[in-house]
Amino acid sequence: MSTPTQVSRREFIGMAGGGIVVLVGFSALDGIAQERRFSYPTDPNAYLVIGDDGRITVLTGKIEMGQGVVTSLAQMAAEELGVDLATIDMVMGDTDRCPWDMGTFGSLTTRMFGPALRAAAAEARAILVSLAAVRLGVAKRRLTVRSGSVSVIGEPVRSVTYAQLARGKGLRKVVDARAVLRNAAQFRIMSHSAQRLDGREKVTGEARYAADIRLPGMLYARILRPPAHGAKLVHLDTFAAEAMKGVIVIHKEDLVAVLHEDELAADQARAKLSAQWSSVPPQPDTESIFEHLVSATQALHEVAAQGDLSSGRRQAERIFQMEYRKGYVAHAPLEPHAALAQVSATGATVWASTQTPFPTRDRIAKVLGFEPKHVRVITPFLGGGFGGKSADRQALEAARLAATCGRPVQVAWDRREEFFYDRFDPAAVVKLVSGLDREGHIVLWDYSVYGTGERGAIHLYQVPNLAIRTGVAPVYGDAAQSPGLHPFEVGPWRAPGANMNVFAIESQMDLMAAAAGVDPVTFRLRHLKDRRMRKVLQTAVASFRWRPAVGPSGRGIGLACSTDAGSYVASVGEISVERSSGRVSVSRVVCAEDLGLVVNPEGARMQIEGATTMGIGYTLTEEVRFRGGEILDHSFASYQIPTFSAAPRVEAVLVPHQDLPAQGGGEPPITTVGAMVANAIFDSTGARLSRLPMTPERIVAALAKSAAPARGAG
Amino acid sequence: MAQKLEFRVNGRTVRIELDPQRALLGVLRGPLALTGTKYGCGEGLCGACTVLLDGQAVRSCMTPLAAVDGKDVLTIEGLSRDGKLDALQEAFVEHGGLQCGYCTSGMILTATALLRATPHPSRDAIRQALERNLCRCAAHQRILDAVLGASGAGVRP
Ligand code: FES
Ligand code: FES
Repeated sequence: MSTPTQVSRREFIGMAGGGIVVLVGFSALDGIAQERRFSYPTDPNAYLVIGDDGRITVLTGKIEMGQGVVTSLAQMAAEELGVDLATIDMVMGDTDRCPWDMGTFGSLTTRMFGPALRAAAAEARAILVSLAAVRLGVAKRRLTVRSGSVSVIGEPVRSVTYAQLARGKGLRKVVDARAVLRNAAQFRIMSHSAQRLDGREKVTGEARYAADIRLPGMLYARILRPPAHGAKLVHLDTFAAEAMKGVIVIHKEDLVAVLHEDELAADQARAKLSAQWSSVPPQPDTESIFEHLVSATQALHEVAAQGDLSSGRRQAERIFQMEYRKGYVAHAPLEPHAALAQVSATGATVWASTQTPFPTRDRIAKVLGFEPKHVRVITPFLGGGFGGKSADRQALEAARLAATCGRPVQVAWDRREEFFYDRFDPAAVVKLVSGLDREGHIVLWDYSVYGTGERGAIHLYQVPNLAIRTGVAPVYGDAAQSPGLHPFEVGPWRAPGANMNVFAIESQMDLMAAAAGVDPVTFRLRHLKDRRMRKVLQTAVASFRWRPAVGPSGRGIGLACSTDAGSYVASVGEISVERSSGRVSVSRVVCAEDLGLVVNPEGARMQIEGATTMGIGYTLTEEVRFRGGEILDHSFASYQIPTFSAAPRVEAVLVPHQDLPAQGGGEPPITTVGAMVANAIFDSTGARLSRLPMTPERIVAALAKSAAPARGAG
Repeated sequence: MAQKLEFRVNGRTVRIELDPQRALLGVLRGPLALTGTKYGCGEGLCGACTVLLDGQAVRSCMTPLAAVDGKDVLTIEGLSRDGKLDALQEAFVEHGGLQCGYCTSGMILTATALLRATPHPSRDAIRQALERNLCRCAAHQRILDAVLGASGAGVRP
């Protein structure tokens, strides 16, 4: 159980002036936690506060980075409580006020936190109805709730509001979150589109991001950075910087920083630092990385197997052997990492752009030598995350500097630092051998992925003889678990691993369909038993008005399917290729997704549109170039993310599945983009691209090669 | 070297003594405490820092104070009046033309300049005007919808 101080810290806001605080005992959530392999603490955590004024505060350790959970979580609470959405206030990612949370990633917010929040809200409603029954002197079953008011059925004048019930209560209630939830047919708020709750503050400039927080006496820090990952500082001269008025130079272990009250002066002081660094070997680089990934992989782990590969080879009439490649991709959120730290003798408060406020709190506590409960991390809005804001180097830097100089310190990375310390989506290789029998059925699937994890590697197609292997620790391709594999840190990037795996799988499916002389939709359906996948694929092609044709048809239409984060997705797109330059433009994409129960349909569509367009980046232009630990792309000048002219018209189709709990929404639709475009390029030109991104040069080269006969397969 | 400068920001006169080579962005976010204007790259490539200078959309990270002296600056904070959103702000909320919101100020100000010059732009013209404003969340199509929705609705001069 938690210590009393912890509970009182968490509750201090709610308890001040009465109201009702609803806490959830986490034992009720053990099932969910274990299923996800994460563990939750067992102390009760406040989820909801019903204020004296009838306003509801929802407390969550999740954070808002654009994915829209500030709205969808509020919808869930409002639905179960029986209040209007407008009465909900969200407090997110504040470690002193919100229940513990692992972090916001993996499309887990709605899936994992959602049910707990809904249960807490449903229990809260039950508590309020009980209080109302006493107040009105009638049995609970004679009461009904609407818009935060409890009234007697058939006698609407006999009513009492949540505000009246909560007033002066000071009630703290621990519930077990096992309440019966409202079902989809009863929904008034969930499954109805709601405008973003954060819209207004974001269009007025009032929304605060970490770099917008100001404290009296704060200093702006600029930190000396190495020219390459792995370079060690061998000589440092701070004399010129120190001579500047008002500059504080801090050199503590690996951290060299200049600080000033004026941000520009801090910039200028950093430019005056003179440093020499050890050189690092320039291997591997952007081109040699793929062979390195294969040779440096010590062992492959089997993640799925079926039948017998050698009998598959015997049955196969035609064998298709391919190697697929993908470079490193940056998260490049428009907001670079930022943090402001204030440290006293007894504790610290850090505002940080982080996807993982609680783990960050624990790391800061460790570095500063505090107990975690004496560190508070507050998470303002994030200007994008996509998995990239979960290491929080900047928060640790700010905390260490603030502890050293005794004043509040802001660390806000510039774009160059943002690129340098991005924990990229890893480069990866897939080696794939597949085979078709005489009837055009897949009889062999021999798949190995190097450099990234297994997510997305297991598909739903029926193949009698199959092996799927991965070279790194599952899911995140954590560099720490595969030392020496990647020349710098890599980390989770929107649907980590799946972009590579789905690209390989769905390219191969397409290539075999063409070889079998079968329309790619028909070919997939022939190998698909899974009803959900079939329905999603059929929905996508129907919405697109797909007309069957064997590739290459010259039309430039491609498709891809996948399952990810519990959701099913199929994308169909139309492209055109300018043969002389190799430039591809994607004009239209239909993306159908079955994500179970949809909390905010408009929000879900926004995620599909955003994921699809963002996916055009890793597909066509985005690749971080490097030489050993030296990152060569550190600006939007050379690292090109999709712009307005690159953004296709995206039609998002939500495939109804309201009786299935909500699944992940924001990641799955990005996984299909690479293969969809590659398949469309093939359909247009007959050229098969096997490396992402498919840059104009690579397309021109592939076109030249495809003019020559008999390539790739066979 | 520091110089005396005078300009207006959102209608209010600002008198400061600073190096005229300093970029406007840092002055807005620092001494003027107007943090609605965002830093995204500091090299003119993302548009997050866009403000209006005498009605023209400029990148404040690349605009030295010398170019601002004597002029009118409009930032995102100056768009709504008495708590009422202007037509573009309304349209961005209504059409969902934002996700993380970090590009939003720059998008809205760039679009403001466009609509003042061209009250009824085509979708293509909007696309072109916003081409150099980056949105990593990829809210592009709803941003276009929003600007189209606000066009002709009387953006304040
Ligand atoms: S910050 Fe000015 S254009 Fe990017
Ligand atoms: S909404 Fe996030 S960058 Fe545009």
